[in-house]
Amino acid sequence: MSGSSGRIYRVSGPLVVAEGLSGVMMYEVVRVGEEGLIGEVIAIRGDRAYVQVYEETSGLTVGERVVATGRPLSAELGPGLIGSIYDGLQRPEKEIASSTGSIFIRRGVSVPSLSRDTRWSFERSRDVKPGDKVNPGDLIGFVRESPLIVHKIMVPPEVGGYVKWLAEDGEYTIEDPVAVVASGDREYEVRMYQLWPIRRPRPYAEKLNPVEPLITGIRVIDYVFPMAKGGKAAIPGGFGTGKTVALQEITKWSHADIAIYVGCGERGNEMSDALTSFMKLMDPRRGRPMMERSVFIANTSNMPVAARETSVFLGVTIGEYFRDMGYDVVMVADSTSRWAEAMREISGRMEEMPGEEGFPAYLSSRLAEFYERAGRVRALGRPERYGSLTIFGAVSPPGGDFGEPVVRSTVRYVQCFYALDYGLATRRHFPAINWLLSYSLYTDFVKDYWNKLTSWSEYREAFLKILQREAELSDIVRLVGPEALPEEDKLVLEVARMIREDFLQQSALNPVDAYSPPEKGVMIAEAIMEFYRLARRALAKGATVARVRELKSRSEIAQLKYYTLKQLSEEVFKKVVDDVRSEFRDLLGGE
Amino acid sequence: MSRERLFVKSTRQIFGVRGSLLFVRAIGGIRYGELVEVSLDGTSILGQVIDVSKDAAVVQVFGSTTGVTPGKSVVRFYGETIKVPVSSDMLGRIFDGLARPIDGGPQPIPEDYLDIHGSALNPALRVPPSEPIETGISVIDGLLTLVRGQKLPIFSGSGLPHNRIAMQVVRQAAVRGSGESFVVVFGAVGVAYEEAAYFLRELRSMGALDRTIAFIAPASASTVEKLALPRVALTAAEFLAWSYDAHVLTILTDMTNYAESLREISAAREEVPGRRGYPGYMYTDLATIYERAGRVATRKGSMTIMPILTMPDDDITHPIPDLTGYITEGQIVLSRDMWRKGIYPPVDVFLSLSRLMKEGIGEGKTRGDHRELFSQLISSYAEAQYLRELSAIVGLESLTPRDKKYLDFGDLFERKFINQGERERRTFEQTLDVGWEVLSVLPEEELKQISPQTLKKYHVKYRLGVQTRSG
Repeated sequence: MSGSSGRIYRVSGPLVVAEGLSGVMMYEVVRVGEEGLIGEVIAIRGDRAYVQVYEETSGLTVGERVVATGRPLSAELGPGLIGSIYDGLQRPEKEIASSTGSIFIRRGVSVPSLSRDTRWSFERSRDVKPGDKVNPGDLIGFVRESPLIVHKIMVPPEVGGYVKWLAEDGEYTIEDPVAVVASGDREYEVRMYQLWPIRRPRPYAEKLNPVEPLITGIRVIDYVFPMAKGGKAAIPGGFGTGKTVALQEITKWSHADIAIYVGCGERGNEMSDALTSFMKLMDPRRGRPMMERSVFIANTSNMPVAARETSVFLGVTIGEYFRDMGYDVVMVADSTSRWAEAMREISGRMEEMPGEEGFPAYLSSRLAEFYERAGRVRALGRPERYGSLTIFGAVSPPGGDFGEPVVRSTVRYVQCFYALDYGLATRRHFPAINWLLSYSLYTDFVKDYWNKLTSWSEYREAFLKILQREAELSDIVRLVGPEALPEEDKLVLEVARMIREDFLQQSALNPVDAYSPPEKGVMIAEAIMEFYRLARRALAKGATVARVRELKSRSEIAQLKYYTLKQLSEEVFKKVVDDVRSEFRDLLGGE
Repeated sequence: MSRERLFVKSTRQIFGVRGSLLFVRAIGGIRYGELVEVSLDGTSILGQVIDVSKDAAVVQVFGSTTGVTPGKSVVRFYGETIKVPVSSDMLGRIFDGLARPIDGGPQPIPEDYLDIHGSALNPALRVPPSEPIETGISVIDGLLTLVRGQKLPIFSGSGLPHNRIAMQVVRQAAVRGSGESFVVVFGAVGVAYEEAAYFLRELRSMGALDRTIAFIAPASASTVEKLALPRVALTAAEFLAWSYDAHVLTILTDMTNYAESLREISAAREEVPGRRGYPGYMYTDLATIYERAGRVATRKGSMTIMPILTMPDDDITHPIPDLTGYITEGQIVLSRDMWRKGIYPPVDVFLSLSRLMKEGIGEGKTRGDHRELFSQLISSYAEAQYLRELSAIVGLESLTPRDKKYLDFGDLFERKFINQGERERRTFEQTLDVGWEVLSVLPEEELKQISPQTLKKYHVKYRLGVQTRSG
């Protein structure tokens, strides 16, 4: 489809104003200037179209051509996504490097998002044969994309009709048709890939409540502030609070089929660290490199500002696509603040009326558009499939101040809030998720899962109560010193410390502790609660906290997290609990 | 900048002047971002197109607009964006913020002209930095190890000795292993006359000048020269790193002056201000400077950046340190309390952090005991600090003998490990040995972060075969 063409009227940073683009639509992609820089129409005023250009604009001049492409900014979705590293416009960065031979990303490069040469082994679905009626979303075949992922070839969302022809099993490129679907006198060739506008949510049959927990392997999340499959969370934190490490850990260990890591306006070295570790690290549940189930979008802070927005929406679109296949997808975006800043910059150049701190008034609705694309759904088409897309968005508030506009707008849409705390980070308490400020609204949804494993609801409440009490007591302690407290309160402080150090703290660097399966968290929690129960009974019978503090089994509990689940369930856990019990027996017997 | 120019076009149609902005009636073919020259009586100043439309172009001039007369002054357009000549002959020389020599020597013969804004490194080609740089300063090498390809700033305050630390790093820094070329690019932005003179004197007297390129834009330089300096310095650095396989350490001081210039320009453009009047795009702007650090798979060289900035009011949440901290991989924070105690370099170990350190230390990089020694020193010093506060409340006499040993350790750690001479260069081994020496005042059972094997191999007691004070 050939679009209309116009001329540049004005250039101001990433904003280009074009004249004479007749019939151009909002969010249509245009090619700007001789080099054909990619831009998107973000406002139309009279004869002038305001174009946000996704590449460096210096050197552009008034009067250069602007050509409309006739379609909105779209993602290519098909085999080849897994293991890719894309920029914000879905250009594969490894291929850019090999095709340009440069170590830099220069503008105007054009490389297809999915390889046109790779031949994929297509296996047709046994449930569909020529003559059958197919609807949007129906599976017509499979491609084993990586040892971990079977890519399901679906009838695109807007196509339906009778199968006129279906390809035999064999090797095809993504451009080769694998089916022909006829509806009336129109025929549609289904290929292994489809295009989807990144700003438009992909359709589904039904949105469902997120009732299944998303296990992240991080105890403070899983056990205290649980996340659900299809949920949405914000992770705000100042610099040095371990935001990026937390996000990387979530992407690595989450019980999801697909991980999508969007680095939006963040550090290049960190991105490369994440990439390297994803190539080396093995998925603990399936014993294959993580990269075989991951997609990376790397738009570092020195890459074009406008492409931060597209990198976030591109990530979500790829996530929805895999969700539609019936997979559980986790997407992390680091950091949404950089995206918001990009919006602010463009808005300023458009001379729009600014909202708070110069951010545009539509900041909040744009954030909503993003987070609302998370969810657990029944996908379109047959066979029946359930998939989910879970979103974790990092927020980097200036000065670590949670009162700023991006955090404030984000909390209105997310259901989990993991507040990273500077104080905890300086005390080397990691993950530095502050238990007094954080929350999860999925607690009720996932309680059935956990209560099958243990008396979760009861323990969780007890934990939070103890930690809350500790916070109250610490004010008093600061005034009068810990020795002035009654014995019960001293015990609360002691147990709170155990909860903090032995349970909540988790080392991302320790190979055993980095991933904590749910059963392991349960054991540590049970050990601590048992200790607390017995200690309280001992106090009632006249023992002192000073004596309790000396018990050796206390440090045995502290060591629990460094054992593997196998070691724990075979002997260690039982031994530790027995030691706790016998020490308390001796303690009381000795009085 | 001194290349002979054939100007593509020129005009006298200036119709407005505001601050450093000139409004020029448009003529055909003006390019966004291109360089312009505005001639005044006998002199000329440079500028850049920052907005262009069919009707008008806005030109930002790199200096004062004094003497600009609408209708009379001529604006000439270069037809290209701002580029600087680069060459390996720049080594050993001193330049201003636009790469013009200020040491009396001739302009080196350029090997290339490069756009000072550079391009973004391809994220897929980056490799995580993992080789240490020896600065010869114990507190950095031992506790905040700098690795090749890292960007690690020093957050200082006015009156603190950050310039002296910078010069010490320029003098002493080296990479391990021989046969690799190591270059220091030094950039000073908006520094006062005294500081500039200090840098010039130090650089000239230093034997290391032949592997150093210096760029100095004094406080009196034009705003835009100050804005250009970090980019000019990094362009020269990138040229050596990526074309000559050099390991380049770029030191930029004082980036607070840079940010002030950025704010000045933003105000002149009447942009919507962000926090404390700094422009909303300051994060992105600083990122395009600092993100030029890194290593790539297909090149031998590396780009390491150590920016130095003074925190206004010593406030670490001020936008300048705050945004810098979001971009860089850690920070070295200087403390006024330490400086008052007479410790040089006065580093606050608890607020400081090198995020990439863990990849750059250990066997084959620095030494096998580095990791454990590091955690032990930090946790013992934290304990000492806690006990100092406690003893201030309860009094020294109520402390146990163990506690008192910690207080001794704290003092010794500051006086012997952190504190060091301005001209004293310690190797990694020497730094780590000093670490063991100060640790030896603590009883062995307090060294919980150190494994028995490491202890046997490195502890002063076992190595010297003699009993130490605590033994």
